[in-house]
Amino acid sequence: MIFPITRNGVYSPFARLRTLQNEMNRMFEGTGLKREAFPAVNIWSNENEVILKAELPGVTADDMDITVEGDVLTLEGERKAENPGEESSYHRRERGSGTFIRSFRLPYEIDNGKVKAAYKDGILKITMPRAETSKPKKIKVSAE
Amino acid sequence: MTAKAKNQDQNIEKREDVELSQDKPVFMPAVDIIEDKSNITVLADMPGVNQENIDITLEDKVLTLTGTQCCCMPEDHDLVYNGYKCGIYRRSFNILADVNENKINASINNGVLKIVLPKAEKAKPKKITVQTG
Repeated sequence: MIFPITRNGVYSPFARLRTLQNEMNRMFEGTGLKREAFPAVNIWSNENEVILKAELPGVTADDMDITVEGDVLTLEGERKAENPGEESSYHRRERGSGTFIRSFRLPYEIDNGKVKAAYKDGILKITMPRAETSKPKKIKVSAE
Repeated sequence: MTAKAKNQDQNIEKREDVELSQDKPVFMPAVDIIEDKSNITVLADMPGVNQENIDITLEDKVLTLTGTQCCCMPEDHDLVYNGYKCGIYRRSFNILADVNENKINASINNGVLKIVLPKAEKAKPKKITVQTG
């Protein structure tokens, strides 16, 4: 990580950031295949609200932080590794652990006070209603 | 798109009592297997699976875990970003140690399935005392 990374002989600082990002993603690699980012999410929206569902098995509600600012949702947290004890050995270790952070830009601004989040069976569901100020207003044309 | 290990379920199993002709993708859950003196513990990540949708079988030293995800899609909403698909988690393992089949304990919590297989008495390491004389 301390060697200067050169690209065609020119020092590129962004290449190091890229490798750092790859290493962060690699922490959560599944069964040997490359995972896009942790946690995996699905996002649905209609005119009035956005619903986000994230797969977060084994992360308790205390270890999660959800922040909504304007139209950006940030989901971060930590998945703690289980401590198996002194006399045990791993035959197979595929489940990752560590901290994760992921941000999403939503189609419109969200009303911060009305965001609801529920965590059940390892799936986090966040419901975000649209801010009143960002709703489209119909403008009446008056005949003159 | 998240690429999980997809295992398209093409073979028809020999069990007659299970309906397997579903249209869902089958994934392999990430698993940790830990062995200590008296137990083998299997931890599997199965988000979206609750207690009623799990099937665990131990047959001829092969442990098979199957969990069906609860595919609750919000209605009246358009899908904006698709990160994961909804399907079935299935994985099989050969259990080589002798296991006390009657005392196997399984529980699912926050989407993590934990199975504790206690080793049978003869498989536990025994201390052998040396007698003088």
